[in-house]
Amino acid sequence: MVDAARKGEDVLLVAATGAGKTLAGFLPSIIDLIDSPLEGLHTLYISPLKALAVDVQRNLLTPIEEMDLPIRVETRSGDTPSNRKQRQRSRPPQMLLTTPESLSLLLSYPEAQTMFAGLKTIIVDEIHAFAKEKRGDLLSLALSRLQRLAPEVRRIGLSATISDPDAYRGWLSTDGDIDSVALVRGEPGATPELSILTPQDRVPWAGHSGRYAARQVMDLIEAHDASIIFCNTRSLCELIFQDLWSVNDRQLPIGVHHGSLSIEARRKVEAAMAEGRLRALVATASLDMGLDWGNVDLVAQMGSPKGSSRFLQRVGRANHRLDEASKGMIVPGNRFEYLEARACLDAIADDELDPEIFRPGALDVLAQHVMGVACAGPFDEAELLAEIRTAAPYASLDKETWRKVLELNATGGYALKAYDKYRRLVETGPGKWRISTPKVAARHRLNAGVIVDNVMMDLRFRNGRHIGRVEESFGSTLSIGDAFFFSGMSLEVEGFKDSDILVRASRKEGRIVSYGGQRMSMSTHLARRVRQFLADPTQWRRFPDDVREWLDVQSRRSLLPEPHELLVETFPHEGHHYMCIYSFEGWNAHQSLGMLVTKRMDEAGLKPMSWVANDYALAISSIEPVADPRPLFSPDILEEEFREWVEESHLLRRAFREVAVIGGLVERQHPGQRKTGKQVSFSTDLIYDVLKKYEPSHLLLRAAWDDARARMTELGRLVRLVDRAAETMIHVAAERVTPMAVPLMVNIGREQAPGGSADEALLVAAEEDLVAQAMRLD
Amino acid sequence: MVPLSFAGHDFLVLRSGALFWPDAGALLIADLHLEKASWFARFGQMLPPYDSHATLALVEEDIAASRASSVYCLGDSFHDRFGCDRLPDRPRATLTRLTGEVDWVWITGNHDAGMIDHCGGRVVEEALLVGIVLRHEAMPGEPRPEMSGHFHPKLRVKARGRRVSRRCFVATDTKLILPAYGALTGGLDANHPAILAAVGSEASALVAISDRLLRFPIAA
Repeated sequence: MVDAARKGEDVLLVAATGAGKTLAGFLPSIIDLIDSPLEGLHTLYISPLKALAVDVQRNLLTPIEEMDLPIRVETRSGDTPSNRKQRQRSRPPQMLLTTPESLSLLLSYPEAQTMFAGLKTIIVDEIHAFAKEKRGDLLSLALSRLQRLAPEVRRIGLSATISDPDAYRGWLSTDGDIDSVALVRGEPGATPELSILTPQDRVPWAGHSGRYAARQVMDLIEAHDASIIFCNTRSLCELIFQDLWSVNDRQLPIGVHHGSLSIEARRKVEAAMAEGRLRALVATASLDMGLDWGNVDLVAQMGSPKGSSRFLQRVGRANHRLDEASKGMIVPGNRFEYLEARACLDAIADDELDPEIFRPGALDVLAQHVMGVACAGPFDEAELLAEIRTAAPYASLDKETWRKVLELNATGGYALKAYDKYRRLVETGPGKWRISTPKVAARHRLNAGVIVDNVMMDLRFRNGRHIGRVEESFGSTLSIGDAFFFSGMSLEVEGFKDSDILVRASRKEGRIVSYGGQRMSMSTHLARRVRQFLADPTQWRRFPDDVREWLDVQSRRSLLPEPHELLVETFPHEGHHYMCIYSFEGWNAHQSLGMLVTKRMDEAGLKPMSWVANDYALAISSIEPVADPRPLFSPDILEEEFREWVEESHLLRRAFREVAVIGGLVERQHPGQRKTGKQVSFSTDLIYDVLKKYEPSHLLLRAAWDDARARMTELGRLVRLVDRAAETMIHVAAERVTPMAVPLMVNIGREQAPGGSADEALLVAAEEDLVAQAMRLD
Repeated sequence: MVPLSFAGHDFLVLRSGALFWPDAGALLIADLHLEKASWFARFGQMLPPYDSHATLALVEEDIAASRASSVYCLGDSFHDRFGCDRLPDRPRATLTRLTGEVDWVWITGNHDAGMIDHCGGRVVEEALLVGIVLRHEAMPGEPRPEMSGHFHPKLRVKARGRRVSRRCFVATDTKLILPAYGALTGGLDANHPAILAAVGSEASALVAISDRLLRFPIAA
């Protein structure tokens, strides 16, 4: 590290968790500041988590104070008081620790020019966790700006173990040249001890949470000092907590941690964990990154691990000491998940990590960055474009798109030039731009940021204490007296106040809070390994008896496909007909396919009823039998029908909402200015509908599609699936239900096939439910 | 178009949320909020400048489908009183043509009170049509049957694990609130206290689907 620093090189440091890489990143700066003390900003540290910055500050201050060095270390985030923020702009500390969002805001002030002029070093921590996302785009653009303000600045990237360090070197480099970024690898840690938990050697037929194993997980918690129990969703996290609590005979202190809990609640359990007061924490991805807890000695993953790097990084949360092996365990929810868990451990043994998919930078983020630059001062269009192209995600930004981004910021970017008199950016000469009024800057700073939450409602006790938040879509279904599980407690609704839900602790059996949100799919390389397991009986002896028996009977009653084959089974069951498609392309792709295929079945008069999807397969029920599945999967389904479906789907509307906020088309709703009862803010769905109809080529619709594609790599998987269906499909017409179909059949009925307009069918159903309730005599 | 009866008269509900009264030959629409987008653009939110065009194109379709001879706009027809001044050429031409073809009545609301009309039609504060009062905002003590807008009611229901949200009517024996008609007008939950305060708690939300009207009692 120090060598690379002396040479003035940019560096990417890749090391396992617990190797002390953060402090290693600061070492050259501290040495430099001892050798030649200076006033003004020397080192900028950027981490995706505010809490991490605070922790790093604490760790830095100890040696600095012990050595009595004249180095000030400060943090800056949305929580920093405004007077300190102001002082930081006029008289910055030598070391400033911040987040991508706060840095971006800082760059929107005119003082940025002087503040960063002497900057020597930028350290980007946990780079693997966000470089590929919109926050990575934002930071990459901020780096391009900093490079211009301080051309001599060095970049240091810190990353956990990743499969493709070169991709990150490219991301970190100043001009796309991988070789300009030295790669330093830390000592590999001890090989983790990984296993699959199968109580009594049984794996259930269906389910996906591992809830059946609560007793065994509790035994493990008792046998270890401190455990983290990872769950894939917030709802599951609450459920698993309840399950564990009900078998917690020894009343061990256990806690719950997820992204909807209030910050205070999270900090509280984190502190309790750090001090060794908790024996277990049931958590979601909210704990994927964070502070070091040396005492954690077990990590359990409930249900599917989804990917090998992901699981490995989670296991890395145990024992932040290099010399001791971390212990990790997967609790598969069903037999397919058993295969996935096995595939995951094999992949780790083979050093095969999840593929790194970098995508071109998001255009909405670019628009926000450009607005921020404009707020700091006038700019030249060509110079700024050249600067932006040095940011790796935007290296191939074309001039035409660039003009559209400028127009979006200036007037909304419409073909109909209606808003010339309300311009936010004005051209003062050819290619010279500035903001039209100071108000534009104030509004920009209020609305900047790349994380767009769903509309949320706050949960509070009567005394005003904030417990956390639920999505408005769930909150709006609650009535006074309803109870639900949250933060490990049962809460009863006492009333509503503005956007708050007032609650009190209750003994009532609660509902489980539902969250919208993205669903993560199994990574492609795990899917490939699962397919290979099916086709290779020599592997089966490694599996528990009931998994082996399941596969064995399947191979005799139907067949097990070769890795490149697509198995489709049809069979009658209890008076209906079923079709199961085993494509292993992930839940999202299967969900899309379910919509498209049932629509086609409807048109073909097969009277589809419902379907269910998981990561491995899709099952559809219908009144008429499917004699030949091939025509249902012809590639032309991807042309009109697919596009139409995506355009109407929530996926694209949700993406549009996000790009509309990030791209500055609509402002965020700020607490306090919400629904007054008479005036309702506009919905981005309505804007989307108008835009789609009257200006379908608008930049933000393009950005929404880009998002949908990038975030659902499954869209690509769906295309490949349908493309190969014709050649690789093997159709088995079984006389009754097959073993592989069982995990799906248990949940069939999840999604109703559309009969005419799907929305209308649901409305009719809602009315029927109401009538049934009203007419029930009991 | 699906039938709806109110105060002893028969009406037809159009998909757009307009109400057609065959006996009076009248098309009733509420809360067009024309030029809402440009109002927000003035303050920096550049919403698509096509909302008036989209809304008026729909009105034109509805007039053609119902063969209405008159149109009653129940207030908040423009997002603000200067909205009509800002109307772009294309929707302005559409509107001027329509007000020449049918008897067009602007009932004013809180958003467009004091509006100056450049495109034809009559501006009034209230109207009485075959014994039914037409006004912008429901008046709690009104003894006569009354139709109004203002609240932009929408119904949100959950069925089969999924959520549906639709613009809806809110009805009691003597009061009918129309859904918002404008392309960029959002909604307020039909059971919002503000709506119940205006119509009383014995209200239902009415949603038109392709072949009939669905009725949902509203609970406070």
